Amino acid sequence: MSTTTAQHPIPDHVLLAYSAGLLPEAFSLVTACHLSLCEEARAAAESFDDVGGILLEGIEPVAVGDRSLSQTLARIGTEATPPEPRAVATGGLFPAPLRAIAGDPDDVPWRPVGGGVKQALLPCAGEGSVRLLHIEPGTSVPSHGHQGMEMTLVLQGAFSDKHGRFARGDLEYRDEPESHAPMAERGEACICLAATEAPLRFDGIVPRLLQPFIRV
Amino acid sequence: MSLEAAYAVEVPSAPLSGQALSRMAANERHGALNAKRRSTVDRNSEALVRIGKQRDREAFAQLFSHFAPRVKAYLIRSGASEALAEDSMQEAMVTVWHKASLFDPSRASAATWIFTIARNKQLDAVRKLSRPEPEALPWGPSEAPDPAREVEIAQDRERLREALGNLPDRQRALIEKAYYGDLSHREIGQLTGLPLGTVKSRIRLALSRLRHDLKADTT
Repeated sequence: MSTTTAQHPIPDHVLLAYSAGLLPEAFSLVTACHLSLCEEARAAAESFDDVGGILLEGIEPVAVGDRSLSQTLARIGTEATPPEPRAVATGGLFPAPLRAIAGDPDDVPWRPVGGGVKQALLPCAGEGSVRLLHIEPGTSVPSHGHQGMEMTLVLQGAFSDKHGRFARGDLEYRDEPESHAPMAERGEACICLAATEAPLRFDGIVPRLLQPFIRV
Repeated sequence: MSLEAAYAVEVPSAPLSGQALSRMAANERHGALNAKRRSTVDRNSEALVRIGKQRDREAFAQLFSHFAPRVKAYLIRSGASEALAEDSMQEAMVTVWHKASLFDPSRASAATWIFTIARNKQLDAVRKLSRPEPEALPWGPSEAPDPAREVEIAQDRERLREALGNLPDRQRALIEKAYYGDLSHREIGQLTGLPLGTVKSRIRLALSRLRHDLKADTT
């Protein structure tokens, strides 16, 4: 993809939920990685932060403590380690928010799930789950549906399904029970970061039997 | 799609408040108040820059008197007790001090920037959640932001404020509820078509800052 246009724009309500701090961590991670790679989405997300700023300006102020300012200045004086500035983009395969959780691409503990697909579940708090997927060129993730949201960000290579083609930086957002079967393009392996709200439901009998073992 | 249509959603049990935004809309109708607000906005932005560059305590006191009561109110609205809100507000303002050098007046208003710090504090202290942040934008070869773009982005923000001020009360109330954490992300799924105005000027600003090594990732 180019850094200027989003073929598949991230829905406004996801950006609003991200800005308001209401997205579960799994989806916040995918959103943060998408914003790191897509300037259009980043600009839209900053507009949603502006909504927060406008609300903060308009809120009815409440009284602060009598010594609030002097207490705060005292805390500034004693705080030993100021917060780290945010990591700056490097252009590496993993955007900084993913690197913070998964380390370098070479460190990923891939586990085969069959059919040319490997995955690595990532630790995350709260609702849903998030994983890295590694799909061999020209192979397909078994046809599956989901309850609730699924967000898939392409980090390397590209895949296609009935909704279109998705390359690095592109995000596929699905929120319907319908099934899809993403197919990786020929060429390089497709690596994706995917968050799901509920376990996937595979359509085929074999993947369904495997499901308890591969923890998808 | 019209805004009316876009916001024709009914979330059960949504109280029809929208007070802050109504007040804001009322302010917009008074030119004098509007001019006063604008100069406050500029002063706050300048104060943040002074804190970042010169560790200016007077500027911090000025910023504190404006924002501390609002950040505390936001924390209370988001579910914090009075004591937790006071403590978390102070922590948020300490973060404002330490991070002030990262404030970029061409990219955000002081209120927007402080909102993001207050929001992260709220998530951390009240809701015990973490929120992964995107990578910071790399600075381009010319570090000084283009003043024309700064003006464009400020105008975008002004249009957004007007658009929000013109929304019907019930829809403004829904947006407020979302930002104060009273809606689930599911309920937010029904909110579409928020009038964000143009974001093109921000995209152009971002592009002017993209480093050449990022071009390897573009096609």
